[in-house]
Amino acid sequence: MKKAIFYIILSLVAVAFIYPFVWMTSATLRPEIEISSLSPFSHNFSISNYKAVLEKIPIGRAFLNSLFVSSSITFSVLIFSSIVGYALSRLKFRGRDPIFMVILFTMMIPFQITVIPLYVLMVKFGWTDTYLALIVPGMISAFGILLFRQYFKAIPQAIIDAARIDGCSDLGILFRIVWPNSIPALVTVAIITFMNTWNEVLWPLIVIRKQSIMTMPQMVTLFAVGGQAEQVGAELASAMMLAAPVVIIYCIFQRHFIASMAYTGLKG
Amino acid sequence: MRRSRRDENNRVGYLMVSPYFIFFLLFVGYPLMFSLVLVFHKWNIIGPMKFIGFGNFWQLLHDALFWKSLGNTLIFLTIHIPLQIIIALVIANILNQRIAARGFFRAAFFLPVVVSGVVVTILWQQLYSQETGLFNTLLSRIGLPKAPWLISTRLAMPSIAIMATWKNVGLYIVLFLTGLQSIPLSLYEVADLDGASEVQKFFHVTIPMLNPTMVMVVILSTLGGFSLFIEPYVMTGGGPMNSTLSCVLYIYKQAFYFNHMGYAATLGFTVALIIMIVVIIQRKLVETEIYT
Repeated sequence: MKKAIFYIILSLVAVAFIYPFVWMTSATLRPEIEISSLSPFSHNFSISNYKAVLEKIPIGRAFLNSLFVSSSITFSVLIFSSIVGYALSRLKFRGRDPIFMVILFTMMIPFQITVIPLYVLMVKFGWTDTYLALIVPGMISAFGILLFRQYFKAIPQAIIDAARIDGCSDLGILFRIVWPNSIPALVTVAIITFMNTWNEVLWPLIVIRKQSIMTMPQMVTLFAVGGQAEQVGAELASAMMLAAPVVIIYCIFQRHFIASMAYTGLKG
Repeated sequence: MRRSRRDENNRVGYLMVSPYFIFFLLFVGYPLMFSLVLVFHKWNIIGPMKFIGFGNFWQLLHDALFWKSLGNTLIFLTIHIPLQIIIALVIANILNQRIAARGFFRAAFFLPVVVSGVVVTILWQQLYSQETGLFNTLLSRIGLPKAPWLISTRLAMPSIAIMATWKNVGLYIVLFLTGLQSIPLSLYEVADLDGASEVQKFFHVTIPMLNPTMVMVVILSTLGGFSLFIEPYVMTGGGPMNSTLSCVLYIYKQAFYFNHMGYAATLGFTVALIIMIVVIIQRKLVETEIYT
């Protein structure tokens, strides 16, 4: 009896979470007059809304921009954060722990205080309307350092010593010995970093005005806000195109996504 | 020999943490310092900076819109945090039972978390739409009057808070579930021996043991509330009558609609300060010692 109530609650909540996406998918395929219909079915399905999006905005270009920016940042965060994380966990040097405390502290600085001066810096560098402004400020992450430091600590000293005796440098040890033993940590940092960058809107809105450099969420946002979409169906279709890649990847690697985000408590 | 190894270690150590410090100085340290310069100046980013002492702070104290944005954040948080905690706790507790298809339910609740906030906002803008929205169609189908979700000054911010809860609660369900699974079963067995009821066990074992998760949920939601931007930007533009103007949206407008760089920096500085104070107070209020 109790179980039955549980299943009813869970199912209702699951519907509340999934149905809006189903409705959205169907709305992008329906003509405008049927938009208020509750049922996701229609006899008049067409892809005209998607055609309208492709005609009105260079969304394919924006997709490639987002892919380029997010991949560059993810790659760079993996490399640089793991180098720092390695030094902080496996090397003994003077001032190591105070340095770690400083990094912890920088994590707690709210972005609200740095966002305007950082924009001014981008203007001074002449980086506005370039990929540099989108990529460089995100190239290393304190959260990545923290996670790598934690994970690398647990790797047995013996295999590191063995590599050192074989004449491996510290970078060699990191990339040839430590990395292959830290796949879960690498996956976690990669997923979180990629998702955060992929979904970021505020920063691109601030530093990019040129359409050819815009990221995908930025372009979809401006498409919706600027009234350029004209039709609700087209607006939803652009949002659909933004959501689809993430949802597809999520469906495949669902367990990794949930485990990564539960581990860090960070959201996209 | 020993000494040289230590020097070598020092050298390699510093070399390897140097990427962070170069990066940190440039993209965190410099902006922090520069923000302390900006708050004392009037600057439209093109012309020269003009020193005005505490003028920006004086303006801020008398800026009704700034206080409005703080008030809106407060409205958002008073709805968002309790709603989030209650729903997440209930669902997490149910999922912690022996439930078939637990993985499916967990994945379903988590779906909105991974989808971009822009997508969720555009979708919910349609769900909330006055004439054609799903909610109002449902309401009129069961004979109730339509609700002015995003049109009414009273309802607009709560509507955004409900949407934000829908977007984020999956993460908190998973966090609570992890917390629940780390509670030692022996605690419940002891409670059973003492003859505790289910309700007593929930309030005297489960809730206290979930305290670290609770602290995390409260702080993350609070940071989310103070970072609210894309939701009002897309849905309402901060309206109606500034009732959904959020702190970050106001900073954005001052900086990029009016080119008030000095004043925008002052707003950012003040909001950051408020966030830190609020989080410290919350920690003091929510965090408890765990007795085992």
